[in-house]
Amino acid sequence: MGSIFMAFLIGGALCLIGQLIMDFTKPAVTPGHILVGYITAGAVLSGLGLYQPLVDIGGTGATIPLSGFGHLLTQGTLKAVEQKGILGALSGGAEAAAAGITAAIVFGYIIAVIFNPKG
Amino acid sequence: MNVPNPDKLKKIEIQEYDNLLQQIKPKPAIFTNCVWAFTVGGLICMLAQIIQNYLLSTGMSKIDASSITSVTMIFLGALFTGIGIYDELGKKAGAGTIVPITGFANAIVASAMEFKREGYVFGVGARLFSVAGPTLVFGFAVAVLIGLIKVFFTS
Amino acid sequence: MASGKKRGKQTVVFDNPPVLTAWSAVVGPKEGDGPWGKDFDFIIDDYMFGEKTWEKAETKMLRETIKLTLSKRFFTPEDVELLLAGDLLNQTVSSNFAARELQIPYLGLYGACSTMAESLVTGSMLMDGGFFERVVAASCSHHYASYRQYRFPTEQGVQSTPSTQWTATAAGAILLEAGGTGPRVTSATIGKVIDMGQTDMADMGCAMAPAAADTIKTHFDDLGRSTDYYDLVVTGDLAKIGMAAAEQLFIRDGLVPKPNYSDCGVLLYDETQGVDAGGSGCGCCAAMLCGPLLKKIVNGDISKLLLVATGALMSPTTSFQGESIPAIAHAVAIEM
Repeated sequence: MGSIFMAFLIGGALCLIGQLIMDFTKPAVTPGHILVGYITAGAVLSGLGLYQPLVDIGGTGATIPLSGFGHLLTQGTLKAVEQKGILGALSGGAEAAAAGITAAIVFGYIIAVIFNPKG
Repeated sequence: MNVPNPDKLKKIEIQEYDNLLQQIKPKPAIFTNCVWAFTVGGLICMLAQIIQNYLLSTGMSKIDASSITSVTMIFLGALFTGIGIYDELGKKAGAGTIVPITGFANAIVASAMEFKREGYVFGVGARLFSVAGPTLVFGFAVAVLIGLIKVFFTS
Repeated sequence: MASGKKRGKQTVVFDNPPVLTAWSAVVGPKEGDGPWGKDFDFIIDDYMFGEKTWEKAETKMLRETIKLTLSKRFFTPEDVELLLAGDLLNQTVSSNFAARELQIPYLGLYGACSTMAESLVTGSMLMDGGFFERVVAASCSHHYASYRQYRFPTEQGVQSTPSTQWTATAAGAILLEAGGTGPRVTSATIGKVIDMGQTDMADMGCAMAPAAADTIKTHFDDLGRSTDYYDLVVTGDLAKIGMAAAEQLFIRDGLVPKPNYSDCGVLLYDETQGVDAGGSGCGCCAAMLCGPLLKKIVNGDISKLLLVATGALMSPTTSFQGESIPAIAHAVAIEM
């Protein structure tokens, strides 16, 4: 039960930060900017070793926000660098994120083909 | 005679108008927005945690459980976009529906769906990446950069 | 230099005021549910209007509105000498395609949401100039077709702000004739493009309010009219917040806004319809004019109307490049 509550708390907090950024920078920051910003911030914080503690506390509360995706990319890259050196810097991120990216592309395409927008 | 600079006059006029608008424009309901974002974002992550806990209880490895959880959430985000529910939720929850990976799926599907009439290749296929593209570009660029820094410092 | 028909800086007065002999308004489901639903000629119950795309639906809406208008005078498209029309889509395709099917000689106009007034002004001048005797002025917009061009995809979960306006699904067409009975276009003021440095695409009303205020002030100055000359001054789609800004600007300019001032964007929908600040789009003031407003003139509720249609003249590209939103407003006086 504890992990579920912490996921709610950390996940909610990360979304809250996004909301504050959008409300205070209106209209400059769009949802697209938020997505790009979160993945970038997650990747950078992960490189500095600051994101893993958040994952340890929050579980999916830290991995499901898009910053968690950035974290995944960085961790995959760093691990691959240890094994393969410079080649790992190029291959590690895609390997770690392969399932997520493929799922997004394939599900996205299928759903977009099946359903029609409202109106 | 001192002729006032027209650019300067225009600037003063714009400033005066901005001041006027400051008084008229309703303030965004920041508190309500934040409550919505926190609650909905939190609930989405909570659902993911429930899925992940279940997967872990079946004896699956942590990495696999995490991947499958993400994939499931992406699927749900795409599906709820398709049936027209996710955008309704997003109108209220703002960042609460954008920040989680379901929001990434929403952005992908929403852009693609509308361009079906432009064809399945340059309509759906190309538009799929109008939001996903920049996101992945920045994610990968930063990760590779960090990888290179590590290579540089460890060698 | 001064021509006999021009007054002051930007205003024209017609020697032979063209007569509005027939008009009609066709609107979408949401507009039909609004407070003026019964005043429109036809309400389409589905945004596709039996077509395959929203863009085609918009073209059909405009075409049918024009045909309906002509049928009220038992005319066919061949009887009309000129069609002046415009819409919001890139290259004004809805109007171009409607004109392709109608085969009326055609001039396409773009004035964003001010197009209805632009077409009326242009048509009236061409008629008073003696070039034509039967002209159709029209404009239209479709919520989903324009939303997809200007904003986010409809299924993307994006928070709306209180200043967001809902692009109307609506079309209006007016037949102008040299003679006959009906309300007449008596004078018009052509607006300047005014840009007060606003950049928020989700707040067009505040970008357009200064243009409306400028055109209205010029209109009254040019004609030396007192502000209570008109029974109703109505701006086109400033919506709630833009209208509040415009009222403040009127007061600054020494005009009395109330009680005979209103805005089509505020009028078109009910508060409960989830449209935030109100309506917008070429169809918004076109349908309000061709529906309830002209009906009020014919019924004798009002006899002098000043329609000030406003338009925001940016494109998504210029907004992405950080340009501010230029705006325009044209005023048309319609008197019984």
